[in-house]
Amino acid sequence: MNSAGEDLQAIYRKQVLEHSRNPHNQRHPEAPDCEALGFNPLCGDKLTVYANLQGDKIIDVAFEGTGCAISVASASMMTDAITGCSLTEAASLIEATQKMFSSDQSVKNTQLTEIAALEGVRSYPSRIKCATLAWTALAAALYGQDNQISTE
Amino acid sequence: MSNNKLQEKPPSEMDINRIRADFPILNQEIHGCRLAFLDNAASAQRPTAVIDAVSRYYQHDHANVHRGVHTLSHRATDAYEGAREKIRGFINATSISEIVFTSGTTEAINLIASSLGQSISADDEILISHMEHHSNIVPWQMLCERTGAVLRVAPINEDGELLVDEMISLMSDRTRLVALTHISNALGTINPIEIIITAAHERNIPVLIDGAQAVPHTNIDVQKLGCEFYVFSGHKMCGPTGIGILYGREDWLERLPPWQGGGEMILSVNFEEAVYNRLPYKFEAGTPNIAGAIGLGAAIDYLQAIGMDNIAAYEATLLDYLTDQLSNVSDLQLIGTAKRKAGVQSFVIKDIHPHDLGTVLDHKGIAIRTGHHCAMPVMDFFEVPGTARASLAFYNTHEDVDQLIEGLAVAKDIFT
Ligand SMILES: Cc1ncc(COP(=O)(O)O)c(C=O)c1O
Repeated sequence: MNSAGEDLQAIYRKQVLEHSRNPHNQRHPEAPDCEALGFNPLCGDKLTVYANLQGDKIIDVAFEGTGCAISVASASMMTDAITGCSLTEAASLIEATQKMFSSDQSVKNTQLTEIAALEGVRSYPSRIKCATLAWTALAAALYGQDNQISTE
Repeated sequence: MSNNKLQEKPPSEMDINRIRADFPILNQEIHGCRLAFLDNAASAQRPTAVIDAVSRYYQHDHANVHRGVHTLSHRATDAYEGAREKIRGFINATSISEIVFTSGTTEAINLIASSLGQSISADDEILISHMEHHSNIVPWQMLCERTGAVLRVAPINEDGELLVDEMISLMSDRTRLVALTHISNALGTINPIEIIITAAHERNIPVLIDGAQAVPHTNIDVQKLGCEFYVFSGHKMCGPTGIGILYGREDWLERLPPWQGGGEMILSVNFEEAVYNRLPYKFEAGTPNIAGAIGLGAAIDYLQAIGMDNIAAYEATLLDYLTDQLSNVSDLQLIGTAKRKAGVQSFVIKDIHPHDLGTVLDHKGIAIRTGHHCAMPVMDFFEVPGTARASLAFYNTHEDVDQLIEGLAVAKDIFT
């Protein structure tokens, strides 16, 4: 049997808590090139993700909004991982994260080592949407027609 | 009400142990901890008596109702109609014609919105309150969209109480219906529905009361209340899911057009016309949820054996304890502090998102609801994305509350 304490540490790892307490790039950029609102109807959380591009390169990613520790940590880690990527690289990172959350595969991608701290949410079906919220919004901002996504 | 001895005194701790033994689901561990089920406002649990009644029906008595001359069809019909009579007695309706089986509160409200809606036009208004569940908002919004009618919303105060005078002043000759929750699922507020019903009737406005959170916890007498419609769900009162009740005063149900068409709701059909069945069948098209109705009947037997007054008294004491204990937790804000309340307490804790709280508590075996509780306007009013909500049933104990408080301490350790 799992002890409750150990299980909890698997989802709320130190890195996750650090990012959720002091999220990186939680701000409104002056003139974002693109943005999208991510909404999780289950908990009412709303995150807006912004990006600035220079040619093919994503030079800035930021987010605003309220969320649980998981969604905020995931958004914060995402801004670190994506800033500096090309649009193609970003697409493959987004895909790799989605895969990480939806399957048992662990991430091999070196740019995602930090995100791997969120792996623990896989055991919590109702919380996976929290982890993917910012990523889905980013995909919508960068590639989508819809600038509002819902996790449902 | 039954003559059960329990009615003479509130159930003691010993009785509670006996009651808990009737609910097999409560006797399990979650993540290695004792289950403390405090999510009763979302859906309550079922006693063995209800589970057995449903199972017995399927094993021995199932056939379609009102259709066959064979024995099983008679048995199924008797059990189904027997359940209707129990429900009539439980809420003291005048006649079984006034008891319509639906799939739940939501369907009952949609039935009225659709049926009453046929005579609603652009100059009309529907009046609700700011503390309604989405199921008592959206059907009216849809009706207004269809007809051009206007939805009016009575305000609430910081304690989560209805502003009664304001609600009354929103009633006018344009108001075609007042639809109000008896008890708020998000805040626990007990609304003074008697005052609202009287005020509405002085202006000849019919009233629909959403009793989803009230019927499981207190005695309801629809004749005394005098409202035109009273709706509730089986699964919140220890009955099965997928069954609920529309109580409608007979004169009103007679007047309203049917909702869905099909078998059961007609007396005769040819290609020119159909003659509708008498009440309540006019509103029950198709094969109904027979097992659900029978299970609900068994749930009512069970609740009546304990006594609704005992249940209300016991839950009131437990709510006091819950509220006291929560008030002692630092950085915790109670949401919903009305003077008259049922066993529901919402709260938020500084710097801990309700969703994270829910996950930590689950690890300690505690089931609470986190989120907007299908009442987003209430969340907007209190300017929170969601709350944590503990909601009580008569099988909860001080131990459940203590476990919750310990769980909150664990969450605070992790997040602050
Ligand atoms: C006050 C209130 N009204 C309506 C409903 C809807 O009930 P159901 O989902 O059973 O139709 C609920 C259930 O959450 C409720 O609490």
